[in-house]
Amino acid sequence: MSEHHKETFITKYIFSLDHKMIAKQFLITGMFMGVVGMTLSLLFRLQLSNPGESFAVLEFFLGEKWAPGGVLDPNMYLALVTMHGTILVFWVLTAGLTGTFANFLIPLQIGARDMASGFMNMLSYWFFFAATVVLLSSLYVETGPASAGWTIYPPLSALPQAIPGSGLGQDLWLIAMTLFVVSSLLGGLNYIVTILNLRTKGMTMMRLPLTIWALLIVAILGVLSFPVLLSCSLLLIFDRSFGTSFYLSDIIIGGEALHNTGGSPILFEHLFWFLGHPEVYIILLPALGIVSEVISVNSRKPIFGYKAMVGALLVIALLSFVVWGHHMFLTGMDPFLGSVFTFTTLLIAIPSAVKVFNYLATLWRANIRFTPAMLFAIGFVSTFITGGLTGIILGDSALDINVHDTYFVTGHFHIVMGVSAIYGMMAGVYHWFPKMYGRMMNKKLGYFHFWVTFISAYGVFFPMHFLGLAGLPRRYYTNSAFPMFDELTNINEIITFFAIIGGLVQLLFIFNFFYSIFKGTKATENPWKSNTLEWTTPVERIHGNWPGEIPTVERWAYDYSKPDADDDFIPQTVPLKKGEIEH
Amino acid sequence: MEISLIKNKASKQLLWIGIGSIVMFFAGLTSAYIVRKAEGNWLEFDMPLWFTISTICVIASSATLWFALQNIKENKSATIFLIATLAIGLTFTFSQVQGWDDLVAKGVYLTGEGSNPSGSFIYVISLAHLLHLIGGLIALTITTLKSKLNHYSKDNYLGIELISIYWHFIGLLWLYLFLFFSYS
Repeated sequence: MSEHHKETFITKYIFSLDHKMIAKQFLITGMFMGVVGMTLSLLFRLQLSNPGESFAVLEFFLGEKWAPGGVLDPNMYLALVTMHGTILVFWVLTAGLTGTFANFLIPLQIGARDMASGFMNMLSYWFFFAATVVLLSSLYVETGPASAGWTIYPPLSALPQAIPGSGLGQDLWLIAMTLFVVSSLLGGLNYIVTILNLRTKGMTMMRLPLTIWALLIVAILGVLSFPVLLSCSLLLIFDRSFGTSFYLSDIIIGGEALHNTGGSPILFEHLFWFLGHPEVYIILLPALGIVSEVISVNSRKPIFGYKAMVGALLVIALLSFVVWGHHMFLTGMDPFLGSVFTFTTLLIAIPSAVKVFNYLATLWRANIRFTPAMLFAIGFVSTFITGGLTGIILGDSALDINVHDTYFVTGHFHIVMGVSAIYGMMAGVYHWFPKMYGRMMNKKLGYFHFWVTFISAYGVFFPMHFLGLAGLPRRYYTNSAFPMFDELTNINEIITFFAIIGGLVQLLFIFNFFYSIFKGTKATENPWKSNTLEWTTPVERIHGNWPGEIPTVERWAYDYSKPDADDDFIPQTVPLKKGEIEH
Repeated sequence: MEISLIKNKASKQLLWIGIGSIVMFFAGLTSAYIVRKAEGNWLEFDMPLWFTISTICVIASSATLWFALQNIKENKSATIFLIATLAIGLTFTFSQVQGWDDLVAKGVYLTGEGSNPSGSFIYVISLAHLLHLIGGLIALTITTLKSKLNHYSKDNYLGIELISIYWHFIGLLWLYLFLFFSYS
C-alpha cells in the first residue's frame, strides 16, 4: 500500500493520487470559482437595479474598456451573465460538488483504500484545472469572454463575427468545456467502477448510504449525457471554424450574405438540452444524497423509506433523459409533442414528492440536532419545495408560454437547482469538515452564515417570480427602455440589495473554512455519532484510509435510535445481535 | 476475490462504460442527422464504393482479431493475427480517406459554398469514428508489441481481450453508421 511511500510536497499536495487530497483540490477550486461566479453576478446586478448609473466598483473590476465611466458596457453585461452561468453550473455545482464529495466519500463510505484508479482520478482533477485556467483566461482577451449565454445558442455562438464575445472568447469557452467534459468522464468512469467493485465485505448495494447511491447515479448520468454535449459542440466547432452549416442557414450579417444553407439552430437546442436537462440532475442528485445523510444523522432516526429513496433517485435519473423538450416549448414545436414533454416533465413531480415527504417524515418528531449542516439540509428541503412548485408551472406547456424566458424562469431554476445544490454543498462541507481536516468549523459563524444566506437567497430569487409574471424578459441589458416595466425598478433594487448581503456573508463562510483548517477545535473520530464507515477512520487521515484491515459491514447505515439498542446509533461495523433483525 | 481478478473485472467494466459513452456520442450525432433530415433541404447521394471496402475491412479485421484471441487462449502466439488486424485497420483508414475523396469528386462538400449538412454530416461522423478507430490502432500496436515480446499467455491475456472488445465495438459502430448512411 502506498501509505509506506515517502511523499514529497508535490506528490502530497499537487499531483496527489490520494482521493481525499483530490477531493480537497476540487473543493477549494470550486470555492474559488464560486467566489468568481458570484462576483460577476453582483456586477451585473448593479446594472439591473440601477441601469446606466456609474459605479466605481464596476470600473475597478472591468476597467475603462468594459465599464467606461463606471457604466457597464452592454456586451460585457452579456459576457458576465454567460460566465456567471457557466461557472456556477459546471465549475461549482458539477465539478465543485460532485468532484469533492464523490472523491471524498466514495472510498471512505464503501470501505475502500482509494479509487479504482488513482491516476485517472488525478487526471480528472488536472483536466478540470486546465479547463479552469482556459475559462478564466477568456476574461482577459481583448474581445471579451463568451457572451452567448451558458447555453451557447447559435447563431450567436457559431459566427465569430456576430458580437465581440462570439470571437476568441467563445473559442476559449469551447476549449474549456471540452477539457471539462474529459475531466467529468474520467471522474465518472472511476466513480462507477469503484462503487461496483471495491465495496468492502458485507457492503451490499442495499446497505450503501444514500450519498453513494446518489453519486453512483450521477456518474451514470454524466457518462451518458456529457458525450452528447460533446457531439453538439463538435458540430458547433465545425460551424464556427470550418465553415459547415449544421446550425446555420440564410444569414445576412453586416450586409453580407453568408454561404451557409440548410442548417437549423433548433437542432442545436435539441442536442444541447438532451445533455442540459440531465445536467440539472447531475447538479441536484449529489445534494439530495448529502441531505439524506445529514438529515438522518441529525434527526437521530433512520431515513424514512430507504428503498423508496433509492427508487426515486433512479426514476428521476431515468426521466431526466426524456424531458428536454420542456426547454423548447416556444421553438415552434408541435403542440402534441409539447404535451408529451409536459407529461414526462410532470411525472418528475412524483419521485421528487417521494423524496420531500420522506425527508419530512424523517424529521417528524425527531430529536433534531440543529448543527449548521442540519440547518442547510433543512434549508435544502425548503428550497426544493418552493422551486419545485414553480417547476410544475414551467413544465406545463400551456402555462410556460406566458412566462417563458422571463425572470420567472430565472427565479425557478436558481431556487430549485442553484440555491438547493449550494445548500447541499454547504451541508456537506459543514458535516464532513471534521473528516477532511481533523478540526471542527466554528458553529456560531455557521449559524450566522446559514440564516443570512437563507434570508438573502429568498430575498433575491422570490421577487424574481413577480418580475417574471409581470413579463420582464431575462437576459436584457436594461429594462428602463420599456415604460411598462418602470414600476418594477424597486423590486430590482431589493434583489440587488439582498444579493450583496448574501454575497458578503459567503466571505464569512470562507473565513470560517480556512480559519478552522488551522485553528478550529480538534475533532474527535466520530463527532456527529454517525454510523457510516468514514467515521471509523483515524482523525489523522492516512493514505489508505484505515491503518489495519478494512472493516467489514454488518448492517445498513441508518440504525439510529433503534429500540433495545444501548446507544442511539449503531455503526455499520457492529455485528447484528442474536435475534436482531436488520432494519 | 483476488486482486488480479478484481482488476480484470474492473478494467472490462471501465471499457464497457466507456463504450456506453461512445454510443451516446454517436447516438447524439446520428439523431441530429435524422432530425435535420426531417426538415428538408437535403441532398441525396450514394455512399462511395470505398466505404463498402471499409465495411469489408471492418469485418475482416474483427475475424483476424478473433483468431488472435483464440490462439492465445490455446497458448499459441497471437502476434501474426495481431499484425494482420493492424494492417487491415490501416487499410480501413486509407479507404476512409479515399471515400472522402470520392465524395468531393461527386460534389458533396464538407464546408464552404455549395456544402449542405447532408454531406457535412457524413464527413464529421465518419471522421469522429475514424478518430476512435485510430485510438484502437494505437492500443492494437501496443498489444502487438507486447505479444511479440511474449507478454501474453493463456493465463494472462487481458490486454488482447480488452482490445478485442473495443475493436469489435468500433467495427460494429462502423457497420451501423454505414447502414445508417445508406438506408436512413
